[in-house]
Amino acid sequence: MNPVKSVVEMRGITKRFPGIIANDSITLSVKQGEIHALLGENGAGKSTLMNILFGLYQPDEGEILINETPVKITNPNKANELGIGMVHQHFMLVETFTVTENIVLGNEPKNGLKIDIKTAERAVEQLSNQYGLKVDPRAKIQDISVGMQQRVEILKTLYRGADILIFDEPTAVLTPQEINELIEIMHNLVKEGKTIILITHKLKEIMAVCDACTIIRRGKVIDSVLVKETNPDELAAKMVGREVNFRVDKQAAQPKETILAIENLTALGNRGVNALNNLSLEVRAGEILGIAGVDGNGQSELIEVLTGLRRASSGRVLLNGKEITNQTPRSISESGLSHIPEDRHKRGLILDFTMSENMVMETYFHPTFNKNGFLDYGAIDKHAAKLIEEFDVRTPSIYTPARALSGGNQQKAIIAREVDKNPDILIAAQPTRGLDVGAIEFIHRRLIEQRDKGKAVLLLSLELDEVINVSDRIAVIYEGNIVGIVDAKATTEQELGLLMSGGKRMQGGGNDE
Amino acid sequence: MDWGLIASNLVHDTIVFSTALIFASLGGLYSERSGVVNIALEGMMIIGAFTGAVITYAFQDSFAGGAPWIGFLAAGIAGAIFALPHAVASVTFKADQTVSGVALNFLAAGLSVYLTKIIFNGAGQTTTLSSVFGKWSIPVLHDIPYLGHAIFEAYPTSYLAFIMVFFTWYLVFKTPFGLRLRAVGEHPRAADTVGINVKKMRYMAVMISGALAAWGGATISLTTTSNFSHNTVSGQGFIAIAALIFGKWHPAGAMGAALFFGVAQAIKSLVQIFGLTKYVPTEFIFMLPYVLTILVMAGLVGRSNAPAALGKPYDTGSR
Amino acid sequence: MNRVIAVFTKESFLVPLVAIILGLLTGAIAMLAGGFNPIKAYMSLLEKVFGNAYNFGETIRQITPLIFTGLSVAFAFRTGLFNIGAEGQFIVGMIASTAVGVSLDLPAYIHAPLAIIAGAVAGGLWGSIAGYLKAARGVNEVITSIMLNWVALYLANWVMNAFFVPSGQQRSEMIHDSAIITIGWLSTMFDSARLHWGTLIAVLAAIFFYVILWKTKSGYELRAVGLNPHASEYAGMNVNRNVVKAMFIGGMFAGIGGACEILGVFHYQAIMTAQPGYGFDGIAVALIGGNTPLGVVLGAILFGILTFGAAGMKFGAGVPVELIRVVIASVIFFVAAHGIVKIFVKPIMKKKKEGGN
Repeated sequence: MNPVKSVVEMRGITKRFPGIIANDSITLSVKQGEIHALLGENGAGKSTLMNILFGLYQPDEGEILINETPVKITNPNKANELGIGMVHQHFMLVETFTVTENIVLGNEPKNGLKIDIKTAERAVEQLSNQYGLKVDPRAKIQDISVGMQQRVEILKTLYRGADILIFDEPTAVLTPQEINELIEIMHNLVKEGKTIILITHKLKEIMAVCDACTIIRRGKVIDSVLVKETNPDELAAKMVGREVNFRVDKQAAQPKETILAIENLTALGNRGVNALNNLSLEVRAGEILGIAGVDGNGQSELIEVLTGLRRASSGRVLLNGKEITNQTPRSISESGLSHIPEDRHKRGLILDFTMSENMVMETYFHPTFNKNGFLDYGAIDKHAAKLIEEFDVRTPSIYTPARALSGGNQQKAIIAREVDKNPDILIAAQPTRGLDVGAIEFIHRRLIEQRDKGKAVLLLSLELDEVINVSDRIAVIYEGNIVGIVDAKATTEQELGLLMSGGKRMQGGGNDE
Repeated sequence: MDWGLIASNLVHDTIVFSTALIFASLGGLYSERSGVVNIALEGMMIIGAFTGAVITYAFQDSFAGGAPWIGFLAAGIAGAIFALPHAVASVTFKADQTVSGVALNFLAAGLSVYLTKIIFNGAGQTTTLSSVFGKWSIPVLHDIPYLGHAIFEAYPTSYLAFIMVFFTWYLVFKTPFGLRLRAVGEHPRAADTVGINVKKMRYMAVMISGALAAWGGATISLTTTSNFSHNTVSGQGFIAIAALIFGKWHPAGAMGAALFFGVAQAIKSLVQIFGLTKYVPTEFIFMLPYVLTILVMAGLVGRSNAPAALGKPYDTGSR
Repeated sequence: MNRVIAVFTKESFLVPLVAIILGLLTGAIAMLAGGFNPIKAYMSLLEKVFGNAYNFGETIRQITPLIFTGLSVAFAFRTGLFNIGAEGQFIVGMIASTAVGVSLDLPAYIHAPLAIIAGAVAGGLWGSIAGYLKAARGVNEVITSIMLNWVALYLANWVMNAFFVPSGQQRSEMIHDSAIITIGWLSTMFDSARLHWGTLIAVLAAIFFYVILWKTKSGYELRAVGLNPHASEYAGMNVNRNVVKAMFIGGMFAGIGGACEILGVFHYQAIMTAQPGYGFDGIAVALIGGNTPLGVVLGAILFGILTFGAAGMKFGAGVPVELIRVVIASVIFFVAAHGIVKIFVKPIMKKKKEGGN
């Protein structure tokens, strides 16, 4: 007899979406009390599989056993009843509600017709203490940190009596210190008899916290291994399907004159309080400057101000010595700045325009394409064909709407368009988010190529590994200010993490000279 | 001129004219709090005004004083049924909610007059009802000089409207139903993952919306106009939406805004009664509520208080 | 030949077609419920339209303003705006052209064009109010443009009463002959049906619509803003200016429609008790036409036939003319909820696939 019982058994799970097979006959077995990793690249099918386990999707084929009993999980309610809870990557929290309201939603204790909010708050407080989560039951979600919000997600599952917790990419939004705290919480949960499934593409986390690991590639299970019997290189090769080297090959940077100078920049955020506080920074020709920071510390606002999409309330931005503060996006773009936006669907592309039309979004009014107010579609098409060829954008035709392309090819197209403008500075905001390893490598190479041509590159990423590997210098942003600039080769994750959480402020704040 | 009398009349008439707007904007509140844009309030009011008038007409000889109540009740039911296609289109078929709402507005306008003509032998309006709601005077209180006439002599529907404001506040902010309704309008996926049936909530909200808006319409045909014709409602459904936005999707706020827009209507009737048309062309007086609505909307900045998922169809399969 | 079949079985063509059929069926159900014979009613509708030269000519007259208001709504739609205000823009176009037509005395080759331009500008400015409020204050254009329809109605009556209507009458003085755009010989050919140059202008407007949107730099911007304002802003386009511009151009179409109605059909402006309704039908025309210029022209022909033929239904089958409003509203509904329509379209598409292989 098996001494440890299997709590989750998924057998031969297949799920098809129009055009793709997201899960192809997947088998997964998770044992009582273990932390089991589900490893795979973006788009490998991990989330689909877990959404099936959580009742959000129905599998086309296959069966599921919970505690060795076959079950049909038709909706999240059913999953809750079976003791399955999910901590979602994009938190399922109503921003305007309090912590308690979010936790009891759907299972509200009642006092007559009313919600018994007092009882609910006590229950939340007690759970929070039991697992050492330190959550304020009366705080509004919109007022608490991302790390706290994640704990509310965990409490939501515990309040519903979950024994099996699925964590979907939980560390993506956390600082290194917060990650350590989360690992602590996970160990506590296991100690209290819970079982955890961890969805991730980060090898380090698996090595640090997991007992077993199942690797998925293109919808298929590649292998299931015990963590103590494997190593990161082996896991990486299984995840990607070939030997990969996550270190980015590049020469030492040869920084020259300052291209972009930011002086004492202050700007309001969407909530009406300062998102940027007197921020100063310089980017030089021939270097990649990375910006590290926890999401929501002013990164997006900084880029919006630099590109003319948000007004600065004070301070200056100079491009090649010329002031571009609060100029229009067009005039800034024409001055030699290119921008790979963080959300390619919101800003980067007009999804219903053809690829050809998308490739001239910022240049359609140039004399090459615009003859007395009429557009020269011959020239526009030729331009698009050239870029698509040069940057290896896989599209059926230049007349295909951008919507029909894969995320990686959409991003390649944006990079083609931005690099083709031959900018003095290229701003890349989260350029590899959601892409697979192949596309990530392509994009990193292009950024380094820009640098080597003597251009300035400003890279913003929430992936600390990416910032460390690609950048030459790293500026850490915290609460709208640069709290330190370090050499990418010399720094450590611990040092960056401390800066990112505001725990340490370097002498002289914005200048490293 | 007795200014006290004028003020008393103004408050009195404001309550009369606000009643329909309060009902309709509360109706809009349920729908929009659940995430479904309801530009069809106008059409739902038309259906209510029509049904209220026709059913009251049918029963006024046999039930006399009770007929308006039967008509009023029927109007609510008709409104809920009429709202159903909007729910089907918006929730199940993920249609553009604004276009669907506009279609229902046209449908109501056409259908009501079409049916009126069939029922009343080709006449474009119903015959004047012999039995409509009378005003209720609250004993003792209505004897207070000026104030009594202003507040304590009102149609029963007006009292009901104010009760409904309180009821809606309690339901939306104190009960599990309300918490779920708001969750569905703010973050439907979050609601879905804790087992709340998003579609069911939205269907219910849209149908409650139809019933309340129809009551708003019925109060017009069963109190002030005593009949139904093509211009009984004339844009008040849209003013109710403006009241909802102005009132920040809160029952008390919507009531306040509805009273504010009611003043414009009350001024319209007072001006005619007191013979002020000598000084202001009637056309401008008629324009007043519409111009006021535009000005109020222009004075608001952004829509930051709107439910976050307003107007967005919920797709269970979206990844 | 296969390509022709492909066009007619395409979803963009089938969906409106099925929506029209479902709309007519809804009308038929309403007629049955009212105790009428729907087949007889629809036959009388067609008889009315195609029965004689006069009525056929009058149907063309009815189609013309629908092309204008349809283009108005469609143009705004292309830029992401829902212009319910074509009605009001149509009315102010009427006011402006009446004012120019009655109060000025000019040679015909200046007077008529000037009156039309006045209508265009008035309609455009009226449309820009809603556009400006949307752009500068973030106000929902649906509500403002509806409110502006009512304001336009009362404004028109006031302007007429105050300046152009002789006391005791219900309509303005006649416009001068030099401003009239009726085509005499054509009218005679159609037994005095009120045919005018406006129809030709409407077709030219549809071509203008196409060229502006798909051939020019401005059109590229307008479409970009309509599809994705955030990306347009990122690309350096002025989103707010494009919103106002779109509403101005849309309003111009409706304004010209109103002007042609005065200059070509009535030659005076009456005091209105209700809105003329062309703007509302324009919404249906635009939606059924998929917001393309050719679609709008075809949609206008369809709804022109329906609305003009409605009087025939009244005459031939006793059906109140409002029935046609029910049909039109249902068509809008089914186009909006095209998911419902696709349930009916699917079997056709399937059959086509099987037949094709």
